[in-house]
Amino acid sequence: MKQKSSVDRREFLKTVTVGTAAASVVGFPNVSRAQTKLALGLWDHWVPGENAVLKEIIEAWGKANKVEITIDFITSIGEKLQATAAAESRAGTGHDIFAFVTWDGTKYKDKLEPMNDVAEALIKKYGPYNENATYLNFQDGKWVTLPSPIGSHTYPLETRMDLWKQHAGIDVQDIFPPDVKKRDKKKVDAWDWKMFLEGAKKVHAAGSPAGMSIAENTDSNDWLGPLFASYGSTFVTPKGDITIESDATLEVLEYLKELTKYLPPDIYAWDDGSNNRWLISGRGSAIINPPSAWTVAKRDQPAVAAQVWHHDVPRGPKGRWRGSLPFTWGVWKFSKNKSAAKDLLLHLGQKEQQWKLITASQGYDMPQQNFFLDHPVWVEIEPPKGGQYNYPIRGDERLIVCGWPAKQDLAAQIYTRYPIPHMVSRVTQKGDNPKEAMKWAAKEIATYMRG
Amino acid sequence: MTALRQEPLAEEWARQRVRRRTSVLARLRSKPVAAFLMCLPLLVLIVGLIIYPFFYSIYLAMLNKRETQVVWLDNFRFLLTMDTFWLVVRTSFLFTFTAVFFKALLGFILALVINTLPTRGQRVWRGVSLVPWVMPLALSTLGWWWIFEPTHSALNWILVELGFAPKSWLADPFWARFSIILVNVWYGTPFFMIMYLAGLKSIPLELFDSASIDGAGPFQRLRFITLPMLKNIIAITMLFSTIVTFANFDIVRVLTRGGPRNETHLFGTFSFRLGIESGDVPLGAAVALVMFPILAVSAFFILRGVRRSVV
Repeated sequence: MKQKSSVDRREFLKTVTVGTAAASVVGFPNVSRAQTKLALGLWDHWVPGENAVLKEIIEAWGKANKVEITIDFITSIGEKLQATAAAESRAGTGHDIFAFVTWDGTKYKDKLEPMNDVAEALIKKYGPYNENATYLNFQDGKWVTLPSPIGSHTYPLETRMDLWKQHAGIDVQDIFPPDVKKRDKKKVDAWDWKMFLEGAKKVHAAGSPAGMSIAENTDSNDWLGPLFASYGSTFVTPKGDITIESDATLEVLEYLKELTKYLPPDIYAWDDGSNNRWLISGRGSAIINPPSAWTVAKRDQPAVAAQVWHHDVPRGPKGRWRGSLPFTWGVWKFSKNKSAAKDLLLHLGQKEQQWKLITASQGYDMPQQNFFLDHPVWVEIEPPKGGQYNYPIRGDERLIVCGWPAKQDLAAQIYTRYPIPHMVSRVTQKGDNPKEAMKWAAKEIATYMRG
Repeated sequence: MTALRQEPLAEEWARQRVRRRTSVLARLRSKPVAAFLMCLPLLVLIVGLIIYPFFYSIYLAMLNKRETQVVWLDNFRFLLTMDTFWLVVRTSFLFTFTAVFFKALLGFILALVINTLPTRGQRVWRGVSLVPWVMPLALSTLGWWWIFEPTHSALNWILVELGFAPKSWLADPFWARFSIILVNVWYGTPFFMIMYLAGLKSIPLELFDSASIDGAGPFQRLRFITLPMLKNIIAITMLFSTIVTFANFDIVRVLTRGGPRNETHLFGTFSFRLGIESGDVPLGAAVALVMFPILAVSAFFILRGVRRSVV
């Protein structure tokens, strides 16, 4: 006797118009839950307690739907999560659902089950995904992966408001108050990269420099990519034309030549944790990072944490761009239980579950649908009160991942092979002529285009 | 009639079974078969973990980026056009030859020094000297990373306390290369030391005594007795170390991740960057395979030299 595929999904689909019809069209086949097993390879979250909440949600769903659940929390340290994905893609066996780091879904999209049905159902209920999540997950007319809130984060400025106010005369709390309605447009508009440079000079002179890495790590991409975009410099067009050799790029390189004079000299060897340590140590006065540095400071250096204000990045001539590094969920084509896997992902995308997960992550996890941005965690979490209010986008920022707007396969190469930090450090550390560095970057990116 | 015929047949079958069993047991008892069976687990491991992956990596290296069609040697041809690849080649050779040279030199000096100690003291120093080599490399490199850490380097703290300027150990390409070579020398020297020490122990003391009576000084004894007697061990040790050093991964991965600006990438780490981090598995496999002919040729010449000297 056939059973209904999932109580949750059925109930959910009933709530959206033409939901049931959509389910039959997109083909959620009926499966016998009594014999269904699902294995999940999930990211081992660094926030204590988040894994337990996620596990509880998934296991409760499994119990209700008679699905036997196995969960492996896999660390991303040492790229173990990426190595596991690579191995499973090749072996054609492993977990049914996999949590991919930003670009891995793109790398293995040919081996993944399209997620159109789940994504479209969630969009229908909660509205569109943000621009960056759509760019990463929706490729060639289909959702190759599903945007995941877990582990997804953005890169605001994390500023020591006391030091910047005292030494640079810039009150970031005043510019970006914990209520978007109270923002003064003039002050927000004045917050641009030139103003940041002037502030960086002053805090440097006071012995508390800002610190942003220019090395082979994701943090470097996640502030440099948006900086270049804010001056109108993109590296490759969606059609594949290499456009990195431009006046806009030149302008940013000249800007960075100046800015790096006021950053620590070791930023060229920093890893993703270095800027966190820089801020937590009390020496640093600003970094561009998700609130992980603040979370550790709250535990180890509460006095520092109490002075950290998360807020919008500076604006450039072509807008205000903030880095974003989301996770994605995928279901392997080799999975024998695709229908159950999709049901589970649909369940995880519901408000009740999203709410619990955002709370468990202490606001670190950034939902990819704006519908969820009114979660109270970012208002309530402290100290300081309102310090993370601006961690979700509240103003005129646009989210971007370094490599955009190139076609995703090429953008993945631009992101993971670090030509942008290399180009910058050629100018700012090695002393190369900016035009030569741009030429080098263009040549390097051209080598990523092989089919 | 049928029953009468069945009985002798059954007896015959039973006899055949016994003969077969005896024959199988006899074969099993024969040395070549027993040796083969005992080696079988190892052979299975070698086939499963070395031979199969080797041929699979050759297959991968001949696929296009999407792994949808065979492109034969195109990936290798493509590598030759990449500036970064040639940078990796240069760094790999520099890293390997510098590190192996210093490991051999320091290992030799250490072995000579320890060999002159009294037996009891020798045991302690031998044990202490082996510590870097027996520690898990990734773990000890993490310790080194804290020493070189860009912002809070313990070494820099000492330098500053002593009145010297701090160095960008991992941020400056020169010092980053220096650092990875230093850690490799620290890790690998005990291996050379223990091999040379074993060789020194096998040299008959009479040779040194005779040479001393004939008026040979320490340097002459070293040049005309120790070095010739250790020649094969030196060659084998250097070959083995060259292979391992060339294929090093842990040190670069933990200390620099190939930076700054790809200046410290070795074949292994660059292969990982391309294959796993960037998802271009065929190109990553091609980079890893570039090592093979280089190592095979050097192994051939060194082993030929050893064979000739033995003959």
